[in-house]
Amino acid sequence: MTDSAVVEEKIAGEVCAAAEDARLTNELEPYLRMDRIPHIWCSGCGIGTAVNAFVRAVIDSKIEWKKLCVVSGIGCTGRVAGYLKLDSFHTTHGRAIPFATGLKLANPQLNVVVFSGDGDLTAIGGNHLVHAARRNIDLKVICVNNFIYSMTGGQAAPTTPKGTIASTTPYGFFENQLNLPQFVEACGAVYVARWTTFHVRQMRKAMVECLNKKGFTFLEIISPCPTLYGRRNNYRAGLDEMKMFKEKSEIKKDADVRDAVMIPGEKIVVGKFIDRERPSFLDAMDEHYREVLKDAYHPYTGAMI
Amino acid sequence: MKADPIGVNSGTYFMDGDSACCEGALAAGCRFVAGYPITPSTEVVELIARRFPKIGGVFIQMEDEIASSIAISGAAWGGAKTMTVTSGPGFSLMMEHIGYAVMTETPCVFVNVQRGGPSTGLPTMPGQQDMMQARWGSHGDYEVIALAPNSPQECFDLTIQCFNLAERYRVPVFLMMDECVGHMTEKVVIPPADEIEVEPRHYTDLKPEDYYPYKDLENQVPKMIKAGDGYFVHITGLTHDERGYPAMNADAHQKLVNRLIDKIRDHVDDIVLLEEDGMDDAEVAVISYGISSRVASRGVRLAREKGVKAGQLRLISVWPFPEKKIRELAQRVKAFVVVEMNKGQIVREVERCAGGRVPTAGALNAGGAVHKPEEILNTIMGVAS
Ligand SMILES: Cc1ncc(C[n+]2csc(CCOP(=O)(O)OP(=O)(O)O)c2C)c(N)n1
Ligand code: SF4
Repeated sequence: MTDSAVVEEKIAGEVCAAAEDARLTNELEPYLRMDRIPHIWCSGCGIGTAVNAFVRAVIDSKIEWKKLCVVSGIGCTGRVAGYLKLDSFHTTHGRAIPFATGLKLANPQLNVVVFSGDGDLTAIGGNHLVHAARRNIDLKVICVNNFIYSMTGGQAAPTTPKGTIASTTPYGFFENQLNLPQFVEACGAVYVARWTTFHVRQMRKAMVECLNKKGFTFLEIISPCPTLYGRRNNYRAGLDEMKMFKEKSEIKKDADVRDAVMIPGEKIVVGKFIDRERPSFLDAMDEHYREVLKDAYHPYTGAMI
Repeated sequence: MKADPIGVNSGTYFMDGDSACCEGALAAGCRFVAGYPITPSTEVVELIARRFPKIGGVFIQMEDEIASSIAISGAAWGGAKTMTVTSGPGFSLMMEHIGYAVMTETPCVFVNVQRGGPSTGLPTMPGQQDMMQARWGSHGDYEVIALAPNSPQECFDLTIQCFNLAERYRVPVFLMMDECVGHMTEKVVIPPADEIEVEPRHYTDLKPEDYYPYKDLENQVPKMIKAGDGYFVHITGLTHDERGYPAMNADAHQKLVNRLIDKIRDHVDDIVLLEEDGMDDAEVAVISYGISSRVASRGVRLAREKGVKAGQLRLISVWPFPEKKIRELAQRVKAFVVVEMNKGQIVREVERCAGGRVPTAGALNAGGAVHKPEEILNTIMGVAS
């Protein structure tokens, strides 16, 4: 959100895919709240790349735009909801998932996407993440992981890699960090994938898969934050972090979630970790009551008023 | 609009307040409840869980009260009438989302079956110590509506009223019960559906291209939409303009917060519900609400027997505070007595409105048990002499 103009010059040559997408942005205008542009994100930030891929994924997935809702928490990523021209909800810090749970259960016809930051979803919102995954609520969670709390100025997050610097860990982070794919897999998510903002095409494909899959899906997008994470950790420009993503990422087919832990200087395992079938909350509820209550059951059909 | 018969269990029952609250919610059209168990409110959601599958609703036992309190906002935007139910400690956890519902103008109902506090306090015993928390517990300036039933019958009637007010003003509305009223069993009459008036959700008539979420106002209250209907609204807890877009400036903030407050303050007369007994010639006005009012009436009667002209004013709605009524009474009574199960919450409001014109005494206790009638009598006699 502050300065990082350096990034722009370098981007064109090195990251062709991202640049190509950026040039095509105009065709996405109908899907964005153009009256809110310019957006608040810094140049070199990965959130815009994720939004760009998301809109394209929605188009690819052919789901009905009108029935799509995006719910965000609070943070730089939390602002995503406000730039998309659909029913969008900017909620409270950490609570996008329970808000989305209410929205989805009240109107099962909606396709509800939660688009938020790693701190938002896994620290303050960690408990909600656990239980929405466990219940298999039909939500598509997109978590932009920039290893840091950005909006509040670069404090440590549960995802900050050990040894790296944040504003509240000036001598380096020494806690154990959360391995998000492993965490949500253990909680019961039916789809778990991770890509970096370098992998725009794969990210877009993974988003399509999430949108078309019923149940609790989780997509982690590793994203640069040059302004607050990069600056303190030797990636001064967004591009530097992108280069690292390019060099260190290891695409694995059917990768093991245990390998997804992120250790500075070591490989970043990306790819699809989990794709499995489990009944969603509403389907399980429906099936259970039909069996137990038989004719006394009056199925819930969504909004009543 | 009349109630949907499927949610109305018409008849005459011997029923406790928690059950009556559940029946009231169903009659009002509530079809989404999110909650987390806490004594003495749990029976409400237990009964909801039993009844919903048979009438077509969703109950979800969330992971905590924070989740419950925001899930009901989400569900309201999905088109449902929604409620959460809790007691003091859970109410404390819900505060941020009360502010969110105020700011986003989300109709929803919070039931607080109060118990003695602070902290985990007295789980199975009554209190009225969350009254100021209901008024000011969330950060920022706002106005809400809070009703306080004093019988199982009122738990039924006022729950419906809470839903109706929530729809009319697009605010979170609180049913401030207490353990006694929640657990006491009395006669409750549930009328036929066609005798129950329910407020519909007020959806906009405008086309999506003409609609701004905070512009289409009627009596300062914006018309709503339902997610998925193609209006493409943006809803945020940030200060926003008529489009619902964040507007980080003092002017936008003044405009929004003033409207949020005025839409309640300007309609106080429509919202305030009071009950008077023996007030015509009263020299001592005994003010109470909720379960305390039942002992207060006994205190008033004992005082009358002793020749003191006492009368009772019961606040059925506590917030917004009936300032006009108290100011008017301050012109003609000699003293106020406020009976409440806390160490001084509503009594301060009465003092404020009395403006030093007449003395105000509190018959106060820290919760755990309702007052003894003698305590109230003594306070009345104290101010009368
Ligand atoms: C209850 C509450 N606590 C703290 C905050 C302050 N806060 C705003 S954003 C944020 C962190 C966001 O970090 P993350 O989710 O990683 O998102 P990013 O900004 O990195 O995209 C915090 C702590 C808040 N808004 N609300
Ligand atoms: S995440 Fe970092 S780079 Fe992106 S907008 Fe926030 S501060 Fe700027």
